[in-house]
Amino acid sequence: MRACLAFFRMRLVNGLQYRTAAYAGIFTQFFWGFMEIQLYGAFYRENPENFPMEFSHLVSYIWLRQAFLRLLDTWSTEQELFDMILNGNVAYELCRPASLYGMWFARNVALRLSSLALRCWPILLVAALLPDPWGLRLPPSAGAFAAAVLSMALALGVVTAYILIIYFSCFFTLSSEGTRAVMMPLVGLLAGELIPLPFMPDGLAKVLSWLPFASISNAPLRIYSGDIAGAEAAGTMLLQAFWLVALALLGWWMQRRGMRRLCVQGG
Amino acid sequence: MIQVEHLTKTYRISRREGGLLQAIKALGRRETQSVRALDDISFHISDGEIVGYIGPNGAGKSSTIKILSGILVPDSGVCRVNGRVPWKERKRHVAEIGVVFGQRSQLWWDVPVTDSFALLRDIYRVDEARYRKNVEELTELLDLGELLRTPARQLSLGQRMRCEIAASLLHDPKVLFLDEPTIGLDAVSKLAVRSFIRERNRTHGTTVLLTTHDMQDIAALAGRILLIGHGKILMDGTFDDVRAMDPGAESLDALAAALYQRYGV
Amino acid sequence: MKLYLHFFSMHLKSRMAYKKSFFFSVVGQFLSAFAAVVTIWFLFARFESVRGYTLGECMLCTGVILMSFSLAECFFRGFDRFSRVVREAQFDRLLLRPRSLIFQLICQEIDFARLGKLLQGALMLGYGIAVSPVSWTPARAAVLAGMVLGGTAVFASLFLLYAALCFFTLEGLEFMNVFTDGAREFAAYPLDVYGTAILKFCTYIVPYALFQYYPLTYLLGRTDSPLCALAPLAAPLFALPCWIVWRVGVRKYQSAGS
Repeated sequence: MRACLAFFRMRLVNGLQYRTAAYAGIFTQFFWGFMEIQLYGAFYRENPENFPMEFSHLVSYIWLRQAFLRLLDTWSTEQELFDMILNGNVAYELCRPASLYGMWFARNVALRLSSLALRCWPILLVAALLPDPWGLRLPPSAGAFAAAVLSMALALGVVTAYILIIYFSCFFTLSSEGTRAVMMPLVGLLAGELIPLPFMPDGLAKVLSWLPFASISNAPLRIYSGDIAGAEAAGTMLLQAFWLVALALLGWWMQRRGMRRLCVQGG
Repeated sequence: MIQVEHLTKTYRISRREGGLLQAIKALGRRETQSVRALDDISFHISDGEIVGYIGPNGAGKSSTIKILSGILVPDSGVCRVNGRVPWKERKRHVAEIGVVFGQRSQLWWDVPVTDSFALLRDIYRVDEARYRKNVEELTELLDLGELLRTPARQLSLGQRMRCEIAASLLHDPKVLFLDEPTIGLDAVSKLAVRSFIRERNRTHGTTVLLTTHDMQDIAALAGRILLIGHGKILMDGTFDDVRAMDPGAESLDALAAALYQRYGV
Repeated sequence: MKLYLHFFSMHLKSRMAYKKSFFFSVVGQFLSAFAAVVTIWFLFARFESVRGYTLGECMLCTGVILMSFSLAECFFRGFDRFSRVVREAQFDRLLLRPRSLIFQLICQEIDFARLGKLLQGALMLGYGIAVSPVSWTPARAAVLAGMVLGGTAVFASLFLLYAALCFFTLEGLEFMNVFTDGAREFAAYPLDVYGTAILKFCTYIVPYALFQYYPLTYLLGRTDSPLCALAPLAAPLFALPCWIVWRVGVRKYQSAGS
């Protein structure tokens, strides 16, 4: 926890230096969100009865996704960590008085939280002020809001555990490029980063909703907008918790195996 | 022939205190401060001279070299190299000069040096016969031999510097600017580089302006020394003039320190 | 041209030192392009049409965009890494060489993975042509070629603009991605889908519509206006303001140093 705070503070100070980058990022995400809403709006007008979500739910989904992009995206990684594994320097991390898995988990959570802290406010603010049908709206109830916050925290855990698996896979593949090149576009699609899961063909959407990738942005954003509610929301969060534990265990085990291999090789 | 009259150059740099609060403040507004890198610099260098350009870090040496090679435009002042204003006729000017930055490489990292040379031949439009003759001559004088077939990333610093110098001379420049050419080199490489520069100057009459922190470079090469500090030329003389300032100096470094102290830089 | 080929072979030699990473970047590109096309299929499977455009008509549009984008990328994407060139003061080195700066930049970064993209673009264009309901005539084929080339010119100008902006700031240039990568994704659909405000922006500010929407309506037989058919010819004019920004940028670099 302390490690996480320290990383968070350092990242924040570091991130604040790049003010132009922050403005540009906000502009980019805002523009992106606007264009997406326009596109879905065109599809909605064409064929409203086939629209799989309520339009206002989709709008909230898109804005939240833009605002929380840095928190939940499935592609942000630190080259430094890949390099540490690939050149064996990760062995030095063992000298520190904390578990490697815990520390890297904290470090990645801090990275995501700090980019979020820098970026999300303007988008949330402007999106909330936009008139209907373009605006971000509050969830239907306080309960839904609380559920969304909890689900968001679980999602952060799931995505971090997933990213750590990507890092630790380098112990075995000895190169990060292949994994990244294949996983990034694929997982982006499966997680609903390109189009929200309900817009996929129904059968496929059903299958994908059980995969861990649906526990990342799909779950909290749809719970917030009210697209997933009640018992279904509770079930979704249980599934998130399951995947968090499962991915964390897998990552931790990979890390142990990888380090042992490294020690046997002698770095 | 290099003529420099009243060159002035000012930079703006931004600064900020440490800490989170200051970082947030800086989001809105940044303080800048101007630094005068060159303050009314004038000198002349005749064809065939070797001039050592010395001074402490940040004195303005690199700025001068950059202006003379056409990378940087001064705020005011005149400067001509071979009769041309560097930043006004860039392409024709750079075709006649060679520049070596000791801390940067112009060789391609992953391909054999000879391929980099061949590319430079095409960039500078050197005809084949002259190119072959130059490579042959440079290979012999700098003892490149095997190195030409090695990728630059596998060369030692000294080997790479010899190749860098050769690369900057493939097009027979009349003027050679060397920015810290011996930095980080071992003793053997330093000697090789120095003797090559002397030889090149003697046989081709190449004008050389070199910046360095190594007084041995100066002692071995420079007939003339320009000392720059706080953006001004503080001294224009010979190595003997410098020697005379502290005849009892134990080493060349001590001599340099005495020199800097005397001019308060 | 000879010098370009020389640079080309140098990049090839350099790249061959890292064959594996080359292979994976090509695979990754194919996958991400595939994912993007799959989403278009999904949306049309659910809604059948958008603003009256069918899947076939939209795919023609997608093919044109991908082809022109990958053509521009193939030659000009090197500008993308220009921030690194400026930050590491490699631009000094370009200034020291007796050749045009823009030409040197084109030569500076040649990435063979982009040949994969070119192939991808060509495949998509072929697919778009195959599934589009257009009855082809020589005039229409010429308009199609104009669309691809006009698009290449606009994207190339945007890459140049990106590089030019590096002289003014090294941060925050990711907003330019909206106009390059973003445009590639959004312009996969005919631009009037996004409403008139966006269409106006794409006509007068960054002229995507000149090589996409207007000639497309002509190809699909929605208009006979020769103006729409000739619109791609005006698209390259966009290069002029971008080039001016570049010149101003170079001058600024030379007076500020690095």
